[in-house]
Amino acid sequence: MRLKLHVWRQRGPADAGQMVSYDMPDVSPDMSFLEMLDVLNERLTLEGEEPIAFDHDCREGICGACGLVINGIAHGPTRGTTTCQLHMRSFKDGDEIWIEPWRARAFPVIKDLVVDRKSFDRVIESGGFISVNTGSAPEANILSVAKDSADQAFEYAACIGCGACVAACKNASAMLFVGAKVSHLASLPQGRVEAGRRARAMVSAMDAEGFGSCTNQFECEAVCPKDISVRAIAKMNREYLRAGLLESES
Amino acid sequence: MALSGLLLVGFLLGHLAGNLLVFKGRQAMNDYAEFLKNSPELLWTARIGLLLIFAVHLLTGIRLQLVSRGARPVAYHKKGHLVSSSASRSMLLTGAVVLVYLLFHLAHFTLGLVSPEDFQLTEQVIRDGVASSRPDVYGMMLAGFQHDWLVALYVLGMILLGMHLSHGIASLFQSLGIRHARYTPMIEISAKILAWLLAAGFIMVPLSLRSGLLEAA
Repeated sequence: MRLKLHVWRQRGPADAGQMVSYDMPDVSPDMSFLEMLDVLNERLTLEGEEPIAFDHDCREGICGACGLVINGIAHGPTRGTTTCQLHMRSFKDGDEIWIEPWRARAFPVIKDLVVDRKSFDRVIESGGFISVNTGSAPEANILSVAKDSADQAFEYAACIGCGACVAACKNASAMLFVGAKVSHLASLPQGRVEAGRRARAMVSAMDAEGFGSCTNQFECEAVCPKDISVRAIAKMNREYLRAGLLESES
Repeated sequence: MALSGLLLVGFLLGHLAGNLLVFKGRQAMNDYAEFLKNSPELLWTARIGLLLIFAVHLLTGIRLQLVSRGARPVAYHKKGHLVSSSASRSMLLTGAVVLVYLLFHLAHFTLGLVSPEDFQLTEQVIRDGVASSRPDVYGMMLAGFQHDWLVALYVLGMILLGMHLSHGIASLFQSLGIRHARYTPMIEISAKILAWLLAAGFIMVPLSLRSGLLEAA
């Protein structure tokens, strides 16, 4: 099939950048979206042009490296998938496709479609962990975890930190990402102990990175490749309120 | 945002209850107005409280907008959305229009600047054989809503308020961390129903007065 692509090209962080159009005369519906970009990049290389830079790693939908805003939707038109798992059969012959990087102050563009997501790492560093000494694995049955708590924690732990929630949010808020981390650890007895401190630290780190605020429109949940529910955000709000009201500053 | 919004919804319920007295007739409405006027402590506590709540709602709203705009300095060329309602995407617009409407409403019925002649209307009452006069709020409303443009303005203001509330009421539960698989669908539907019932209740008053439905009373 024949497609017309409009791709964001930006030489570096300081460059203003612009949309550049490319004709794709022969795209197979069996290609993945990233394979289509690979084909375009091979052509650009042969023509002596700079290939389009985009992030990718596993191409199996599990690592969280890839991520493009395709026709205004983070990770493109299919729900519950990453960009690498999007296939060209989701498009029609003659379609025009706009391809842009995640847009957020906290995700500055490095080049073309690649953004710097270190802000997520710094939010995790502020509290997305359990403060225990590592050592040999503890006896598995010594700490009982209810099945539904384990399931809930697992659902939140599925977050791969791709940043689609931020990209899709009208306010570029990171509440679903941070909510998933806070709720994952707060659902388990090992993480429960410092749940309040964690919620407060991660929320202030998130604000300091320049992410926006949540206005409950739930676009984040709709684009999340791991289908993480906005229940995570409500749980984080509860943890944060409880910590603010009941726990002393320390 | 959520807490001040919740308190404002409480005020709207009280305000609507007062407005609906118009359907009980001139005496009920004017009795209520006289009661409020004769209880300055109650009236001024409510007014000052409301002003503070409005200020908090407005300032947190402006802050929210500023933070959010700053969080995405470069906009998308192609904007898309999957699940968000148009009401949720236009909270700033509906909120701003409702604020302008509110200022007009205060100028109209609290300060009497829009049609001063209606604002001066009085009603003669006889208590214990002594005649006295009191403000005729019912008459003021009746006279006020004989202009089509005014009725249209009020109806439009209330439709936008309904939109604002249809996102706002449900949204405040999420902000306060109240979410549960069993109750949230119920909360979301009830919040929308409450939002539009409030708007419809307020709209009924000018429409009934304009259409002559209440004139006979």
